Amino acid sequence: MHELSLSNGMLEIIQKRAFEDGFDRVLAVRLEVGLLSCVERAALSFCFESVTRGTVAEGARLEILDVAGEAWCWDCEAVVPLARRGEACERCGGYRMKLRDGDNVRIKDLEVA
Amino acid sequence: MCTTCGCSSGEVDIEAAVASGHQHHPHGDHSHSHPHGDHHTHSHPLESRIVTVEQDLLARNDARAAVNRRGFEAHGLFVVNLVSSPGSGKTALLVRIADALRERTPICVIEGDQQTSNDVERIRAAGLPGIQINTGKGCHLDAHMVARAVESLAPEAGGVLFIENVGNLVCPAAFDLGEAHKVVIISTTEGEDKPLKYPDMFAASDLMLVNKVDLLPHLEFDVDRCIEYARRVNPEIQVLLVSATTGEGIGSWLEWILAGRERVAGSSRSWKGGVG
Repeated sequence: MHELSLSNGMLEIIQKRAFEDGFDRVLAVRLEVGLLSCVERAALSFCFESVTRGTVAEGARLEILDVAGEAWCWDCEAVVPLARRGEACERCGGYRMKLRDGDNVRIKDLEVA
Repeated sequence: MCTTCGCSSGEVDIEAAVASGHQHHPHGDHSHSHPHGDHHTHSHPLESRIVTVEQDLLARNDARAAVNRRGFEAHGLFVVNLVSSPGSGKTALLVRIADALRERTPICVIEGDQQTSNDVERIRAAGLPGIQINTGKGCHLDAHMVARAVESLAPEAGGVLFIENVGNLVCPAAFDLGEAHKVVIISTTEGEDKPLKYPDMFAASDLMLVNKVDLLPHLEFDVDRCIEYARRVNPEIQVLLVSATTGEGIGSWLEWILAGRERVAGSSRSWKGGVG
């Protein structure tokens, strides 16, 4: 359950930006979550709500945007979609792949007032 | 980021969300009069705007990990982050190599557990300096915890630092500590399909130790299949078969460590030479 760590990280980033950009209320947080990141969305939403109480982001909507997994396949020499780690390349059926995208969690932007 | 994964930020309580904004009063109870002259509406007159952030949630941990890594490299310190489920034999594998390794290089150990100092006591009994981090409710070590532990442990330059992470095959995968390598341990008393069930950890590791191979004759564990699964999620992962109990394969584990130490010490010497 590192979702609480991630939520605390999210709050830190938001508070820093609130100070720098001079806003005092966050209406929405748009968060890109890789489909291959080990993040449980319901837990993340719950933790986010919990850690933001009494802060600039209290009550903010957490909008989660999915980011699809993408890998480099050494045998195809091409970028291929990857739905899950440990799955075969959908082109060649091989496993010699290196993940390129889809395992990160990042704040894209904030809707603020 | 999280030092406590729940305890210090307190009370993960399960009460309903605090209502944001205002609520309408039940007008049956009392009346509240609006000065109708100023015509206020019950909508928030918020001029909202978008602030671009584009920042990874683990950025703070990753930045600290990068500082740790530069410090380790500058001191020629080879750092290994040991990860596994609880009970796979992380501490036993360290205790097993303590004597042989100590003759060749300075070693020390950071132990991560939610509670107790049992593991660091085992490490000290084996003659190695160690420090215990108790994470409380936390499920992983992070780069800041390791930085603080390294400060008090003061590992010798040119040696080896082992970080024994909290027994957990999920969360420690996401947290870079600044180590040279993550080493994942799976024991033969677990399922051979763990690399597929918990792929992130096997994807993040450079070496897989299959421990307790002395028990193979009594178990159903299929070593080849386990390796095949691990390479599905990480085609480059190296594999060593070991037994902390009988010592089987421990020689190759030692060699792997010493080779890594040589690489780091070598680059640190040339780096210092270049600067000096």
